[in-house]
Amino acid sequence: MLILTCPYCGQEADETTLHAGGEAHITRYGPGSSDQEFEDYIFARQNPKGVHFERWQHAYGCGKWFHAARCTTTLEVFGTYSAQTLEPPKEVTDLLDEKRPGWSWGTLK
Amino acid sequence: MSKAVSALNGATQNGAVTVSDTGLRGMITLRGDLSGTKIKSVVKSVTGLAMPKLGKIAVDGDNGLAWMSPDEVLVMVPYTDVAAAAEALTSGLKKQHVLVVNVSDARSVIRVSGAGARDVLARLTPVDMHASKLTAGDLRRARLAQVAGAFWLVDDTAIDVICFRSVSDYVYGLLTMASAHDAVEVFHS
Repeated sequence: MLILTCPYCGQEADETTLHAGGEAHITRYGPGSSDQEFEDYIFARQNPKGVHFERWQHAYGCGKWFHAARCTTTLEVFGTYSAQTLEPPKEVTDLLDEKRPGWSWGTLK
Repeated sequence: MSKAVSALNGATQNGAVTVSDTGLRGMITLRGDLSGTKIKSVVKSVTGLAMPKLGKIAVDGDNGLAWMSPDEVLVMVPYTDVAAAAEALTSGLKKQHVLVVNVSDARSVIRVSGAGARDVLARLTPVDMHASKLTAGDLRRARLAQVAGAFWLVDDTAIDVICFRSVSDYVYGLLTMASAHDAVEVFHS
């Protein structure tokens, strides 16, 4: 069971009370972008084995969207953080450097 | 005007714990920036209670203030006072970016009381009901079997559960089944 701590209400929320929102930190390409950029924005997603950044909504709780960093193989959670950000906070990346040296994910590292 | 009744109309069951409809209660959803001084003073004047902290509820008799999310509180008042309270909130928060809605008839409040109250809820929700994690005055919004609900500890042996009116029969069924006679083992006493 995946258990994430909601950064807004501070409660431990398990998977059944959350709504998955897919990959995090996607750059939006709209009017004026190339076809390739737009296609990647719409369709291209990572499917990592290991470190992953995702969006989740505390659907049965406070209703807020937030970000989570976790490992897709072990379900280890490295941290959850506010949705109002473009990149993970330093404490999350520091923890990843410590626990998963050499990690990489998309445009981050 | 027709006589208002709660969805469960006072239903009560005495099993290992007592599950009972608490009847009509005035409830107002208030959304806005909860840290503002104006909003704090207006809810205080309506309920006599201070704005609750994250994950908490403040209760005084029929009045209550429940923290529902970073920008939402549930204001509880006696059912007969709800229209006046909603009006007082609306006029008190004029020109503020807030939302005030009377949701009294859209919700049900069910009380679970008895030594095994925590254990009854623990069967229905993923929330950690252990006494070290949840104490009087704590409010949780979570899942009750298949529907959304919220509950708080009135004291160590009584829990008030709020759900939508449309599922109140389902939630009452859940609570009574989970507390059928002799079915509750008390782990938390």
